[in-house]
Amino acid sequence: MSTSAKYWRGIPQRYRLEAEKCTDCGAQFFPPRVVCSGCGGREFEEIKLDDRGKLLTYTVIRVGPSEFCEQTPYAMGIVELEGGVRMTGQIADVDFDDLEVGLPIKIEFRKIREEGEAGILCYGYKFVPDK
Amino acid sequence: MAGIIGYGAYMPRNRIKVEEIAKVWGADAPSYKRGLMLQEKSVPSPDQDVITMSVEATKHALTRAEIDPSKIGAVYVGSESHPYAVKPSGTVLAEAIGATPEVHCADFEFACKAGSEAMFVCMGLVDSEKIEYGLAVGADTSQGAPSDALEYSAAAGAASFVIGRDPGVAKVIETYSFMTDTPDFWRRSYMHYPRHAGRFTGEPAYFKHIMGCAKGIMAKVKMEPKDFAYVVFHQPNGKFPQRVGKMLGFTKEQIDPGWLSPTLGNTYSGSSPMGLTATLDVAKPGDMVLMVSYGSGAGSDGFVFEVTDRIDEVRNVAPGTRELLDKKTYIEYGTYAKYRRKIRMGE
Ligand SMILES: [Zn+2]
Repeated sequence: MSTSAKYWRGIPQRYRLEAEKCTDCGAQFFPPRVVCSGCGGREFEEIKLDDRGKLLTYTVIRVGPSEFCEQTPYAMGIVELEGGVRMTGQIADVDFDDLEVGLPIKIEFRKIREEGEAGILCYGYKFVPDK
Repeated sequence: MAGIIGYGAYMPRNRIKVEEIAKVWGADAPSYKRGLMLQEKSVPSPDQDVITMSVEATKHALTRAEIDPSKIGAVYVGSESHPYAVKPSGTVLAEAIGATPEVHCADFEFACKAGSEAMFVCMGLVDSEKIEYGLAVGADTSQGAPSDALEYSAAAGAASFVIGRDPGVAKVIETYSFMTDTPDFWRRSYMHYPRHAGRFTGEPAYFKHIMGCAKGIMAKVKMEPKDFAYVVFHQPNGKFPQRVGKMLGFTKEQIDPGWLSPTLGNTYSGSSPMGLTATLDVAKPGDMVLMVSYGSGAGSDGFVFEVTDRIDEVRNVAPGTRELLDKKTYIEYGTYAKYRRKIRMGE
């Protein structure tokens, strides 16, 4: 199966940060899930995540997979968005000396990867320092 | 009557100085800086292209427009550096902002004029009541061949406009186009870099079409240069817009707020549209603004806008264009060559 289908299925999350909020306990989930891990509820409402948050932890990748080699070294991080959802992603446009736990970040739309020379271009979210 | 409901710009953070490029090719930096009135230009990172910049500029435009994106009936991205040769940029943008699926979508091309084309068509669709709102974007990540004069100016940036019916931040008072077939700049299929006709890109191309368009639209609205608070021209370098402005009788004070090229470079389809965003950032209610684009091939689109009271409410809810221009990181030629894929890699 081509990766087009897999990529396409994630478009609402990758492009628009669509998530779910449990209607019983209010917990937010990204990506959406069937059963709430907080209360076991099965009713959710669709929400759009806030595009701002803070950095919880990070690392710098110096030897990356081949398709990311032109971007090395680059930073990866786990971010907690306003609303409580945590997500993993690449941190772009950052001076490594500025990386610290608690760094305010905002989400930007970037190209994540290319499927070789002739395949599809995959877009999604990255984190950038919010200043 | 159609108007600009919201506007926004975006540009990458990387900049390269004229000196850094000149150093590599043994060129005389001071003469380029003086001759073209250029100091530095923006450079996209490997993860930035026309699509990503269009999305970010549009987020700013939507913040200012305060509309429901699902009411956008048309999404047009104008560019000469669409990331795909076949597959629209606009579908990604429309999906990213939540305008799908009830939306008309097309990518436009006309060298540096593709962004103003998108604006022009959205205004027509709004005026004919085919759509409630249209989204018009001009964006490019253009490249000049290594050591070519274009390498000093070809830059990256985007401007986005939500076009709808009054009241917006600026009413569209008049539109006008001036077009001939002029082979001043082109890129054939499968060619990586464009070619240009040297000095021929000046008088018979840029100056003839901008002068023709500016004079034509001013005659149509019975206005003179002194009737405008600001004017924005296409900016292939720093010098041309100042010179054409002077030839038409505009002052430096009218040109300067939207004159971004000395520290941004030529953002092609984004050029005059980004200049308009920077001008709206400082305009006052009641100000009249003239914008004239230019695209090689060749033609110009002209617009007369009247700024409305709403500008004061929305100006500061999204980043100003010069605020974005001031956020920068300088890179060296080696990094630039890597980012722009000028280095042949092993298979
Ligand atoms: Zn729950």
